Amino acid sequence: MSDKSHNPNQMTGAAMIVRALIDHGVTDIFGYPGGAVLPIYDEIFQQSEVQHILVRHEQGAGHAAEGYARSTGKPGVALVTSGPGATNMVTPLTDALMDSIPLVCISGQVPTHLIGNDAFQECDTVGITRPCTKHNWLVRDVNDLAKVLHEAFYVATSGRPGPVLVDVPKDVQFATGTYHPPRKSDVHRSYAPRVKGDAAQIRKAVALLANAKRPVIYSGGGVINSGPEATRLLRELVEVTGFPITSTLMGLGAYPASGKNWLGMLGMHGTYEANMTMHDCDVMLCVGARFDDRITGRVDAFSPGSKKIHIDIDPSSINKNIRVDVPIIGDCGNVLGDILQVFKAEAKKPDIKSWWQQIAQWRARNSLYYKKSSDVILPQHAIQSLFEATRGRDTYITTEVGQHQMWAAQFYGFEEPHRWMTSGGLGTMGYGLPAAVGVQVAHPDSLVIDIAGDASVQMTMQEMSTAVQYELPIKIFILNNQYMGMVRQWQQLLHGNRLSHSYSEALPDFVKLAEAYGAVGLQVHKPGDLDGAIQEMISVKRPVLFDCRVAALENCFPMIPSGKAHNEMLLPEQANDEATAKAFAGGKALV
Amino acid sequence: MNQPASAYFIEERHDPNETHTLAVLVQNEPGVLARVIGLFSGRGYNIESLTVSETEAQKHLSRITIVTTGTPMVIAQIKNQLDRMIPVYQVVDMTQTRRSIERELAMVKVRGQGEHRVEALRLADAFRARVIDATTESFVFEITGNTDKINQFIDLMRPLGLVEVSRTGVAAIGRGPEGM
Ligand SMILES: Cc1ncc(C[n+]2csc(CCOP(=O)(O)OP(=O)(O)O)c2C)c(N)n1
Ligand SMILES: [Mg+2]
Repeated sequence: MSDKSHNPNQMTGAAMIVRALIDHGVTDIFGYPGGAVLPIYDEIFQQSEVQHILVRHEQGAGHAAEGYARSTGKPGVALVTSGPGATNMVTPLTDALMDSIPLVCISGQVPTHLIGNDAFQECDTVGITRPCTKHNWLVRDVNDLAKVLHEAFYVATSGRPGPVLVDVPKDVQFATGTYHPPRKSDVHRSYAPRVKGDAAQIRKAVALLANAKRPVIYSGGGVINSGPEATRLLRELVEVTGFPITSTLMGLGAYPASGKNWLGMLGMHGTYEANMTMHDCDVMLCVGARFDDRITGRVDAFSPGSKKIHIDIDPSSINKNIRVDVPIIGDCGNVLGDILQVFKAEAKKPDIKSWWQQIAQWRARNSLYYKKSSDVILPQHAIQSLFEATRGRDTYITTEVGQHQMWAAQFYGFEEPHRWMTSGGLGTMGYGLPAAVGVQVAHPDSLVIDIAGDASVQMTMQEMSTAVQYELPIKIFILNNQYMGMVRQWQQLLHGNRLSHSYSEALPDFVKLAEAYGAVGLQVHKPGDLDGAIQEMISVKRPVLFDCRVAALENCFPMIPSGKAHNEMLLPEQANDEATAKAFAGGKALV
Repeated sequence: MNQPASAYFIEERHDPNETHTLAVLVQNEPGVLARVIGLFSGRGYNIESLTVSETEAQKHLSRITIVTTGTPMVIAQIKNQLDRMIPVYQVVDMTQTRRSIERELAMVKVRGQGEHRVEALRLADAFRARVIDATTESFVFEITGNTDKINQFIDLMRPLGLVEVSRTGVAAIGRGPEGM
C-alpha cells in the first residue's frame, strides 16, 4: 500500500481535472464556482499553470471560451457548477455546436448517490446538453475520469469541431484514482472522422473546375477551422484558377477582403455581386460551408444552372439542404491541397474574362451604397471609420446580433482568419461582449473590439466587470440606434410597420454605466466627432463602452426578401427613404 | 406559393416518402439510446419501429433496428446523422444495401367463447401462431413474421375478441454468409 501513495498518478478526481487541462496545453479557463465544483476550485487555488478567469454569469464563461477558441484555433474551456451553472451553459454550448467551435465544458454534479433524488442544484445535465453538444459524458467512477477528459479534448477538436461536456459528480472529484496521460485508446473506436478526400471525386471536381465558364468559390467557416494551411491553400487556389470568391459570415477573413477576386459576403445581406455570381454560375465550389438557409434563399431557385462541388468533413452536411453533384468528404485543407495538386498538374487557368466582365457590371450596382449625412452618424459610416482607424493594427472584432452585425460583416474588411468572432448559426445576442473578454485573454496586447447593438449588449453587460477585474482593455463599440434594429426592419418590411416591442425603451446611460463598472465611457452624436472619439477609444488602455449614437431608422441592405431567390435582391436604391416611408404609411408588407 | 411574412423560406416538399429499415451498431453505454431517439425527435424524423438489445456482450455492442420513413434525401440525412454520433460504429440500410429478412414477434390476447374461440384458433393455426396461454375464455397467441403478416393477424383477431397486443418491433438481418 505504501508504494501506492508514492505513485504520482494517484490523485483525486479534482486534481485529475487540473492535470488533464495542463496535459492538453490549456493555460486559461473561464468559470464560476459553486457547491458541486468546490474541490476543483480548491485544486485551481493551489497551482499556477492554469489561469482561471472569473466571469459574472456562466453564459459569459461559455462565450468567452468560444471567443478564445475562435481567435486561437485552440479549444476553449469553461468550468461551471451543477444545476443553474450547467443550465446557464446551454446557450453557449448550442452556439458552439452551430458554429463548430471546439469547447470543453466541465460541470459539477451532485454526488452519485443523490443523482435522481432531486437533490439541491441537481439537474439532468447530460440529458439537457445532449442535443447541444457534439458528445457528453457523466463520469461515475474516478478511474474513468482521465480517459473521458482526454477523449473530450479529442472529440472537441478533431473532425468537425464542436462543444463537449464532462459532468463530474462531487464524490468523484473527491475520490482518489489513477490518472494517465492522453493516449490513443482513450477514444471510442467508433469515432474516426475522415480527413482525406476520395481521389476519384477530386478528379471529377478538377475536371469541372478546369472547364468552368462561370465559376465561383463559396467558402465558409470550415476553412478557418481547418487551420492556417487551409487558408493558404484557398488563397493559392484562387490565384491559380483566377476564380471569383465569396464567403459566408463565418468564413470572413479566409480570403482577404482586399484581394482582387473578392466579391464580398453572400446570402441574405450579402453583396449583389456575390449573390448574382452564385445564382448565374455554372460551377460552384463550396468549401467548408453548409448551404444554410440564410445563404441559399429560396432553395428551389438556388443557383439553378450550376454543377456543385461540396467539400465538408461532416458527411451529414452533404445533400442536407441542397443536392450537390460532387461531394468530397474530408478536411478542407487536405482536400484543397489535393485539388490544387491535380489542377496544377493537369489543367490550366480557364479563360473566364467575359464572366469577370459580367461580375464588373454587378459590382457597378454598388449594392452597399448608403447616403452619408453631416448631421447624424450612419451606422455603415461608423463601421467604415472604425475599419480605417484600426487598419493595419493587430485587431480582433467580435459582434452581437442584429443590423450592426451585418453592417460589420459588410463594411469591415477582414484580411486574416481568426480575426472575426460572431454568432452565426444561433444568432445569439449577448455573444460579443464575453467573446471579446475571451479573445483579449488570449491576445492581451491586441486591440479587441465588440461591434455591439444597444439591445444585445445589455444581455451580457455584466461581463464588463470581468474585463475590469482582469484589466482586459476590450472596446465595446455600440451602434446605438435605440431600437432592436433588425427586429424593427422585419416588422417594417413584413408586419405592416407595427413596431411591436422593438423600441429600446429606458436605455441606460452607457457612459455612466461604464463608469459604474470602473471602465471608460465615451459618447458621440456628430459625424464630425467620430474619428477623434475612435482614436481616443483605441488609445485608452482600459475597457471602454463607446456609445455611438447612430441614425435610428437606418435599415440593412441589400437584402434577399423572404421567399426570394438570389437574383431578386432588394438593393439600397430600391429601399430608399421613400420606399421605407411608403411601408410606414401603407403598413404594407413588401413581400 | 404565397409566402407568409416570415424570416424563413417556407417551402413545400413533394418528394414521395419511402420506408427504410436501418441497423445501427453502437457502443452499449449509458445514454446511447437516448442519443439516437433524441436525434429522431429533435430533427423531426419518424420512428415506425425501434428495437434494441445487446448483441455482443464482451465487446459491449448493441444493435438498434429502426424502421423509419422519409424522402430519399431525409433517409440519407438520417443515416449520416446517426453515423456521425460518437458511439455509433456502423449504420446499414437494410432496405437499400442488400436483401434482408425482417421479423417481429407479437403476443396477442383474444377473449371469446363458442364459434369465435374456435375461429380464432383456426386462424392462429393458419398463421402458425402458437398458443402460449389459455383459459376457458381466452388465448394468448405468439406469432412471428414480418410486420405485414402480424398486422394482418391482428386485424383478423379484432372481431373475434382482441384484448391487447404486445409487439417487439422489427429485427432485421441480411441474407447470405456475410455479416454487417
Ligand atoms: C438571445 C436572442 N434573443 C432574441 C433574438 C432576436 N433578435 C435578433 S436581432 C434582435 C435585435 C438586436 O438589437 P440590437 O442589439 O440593438 O442590434 P441592431 O439590430 O439594432 O443593430 C433581436 C431581438 C436574438 N437574436 N437573440
Ligand atoms: Mg439597436
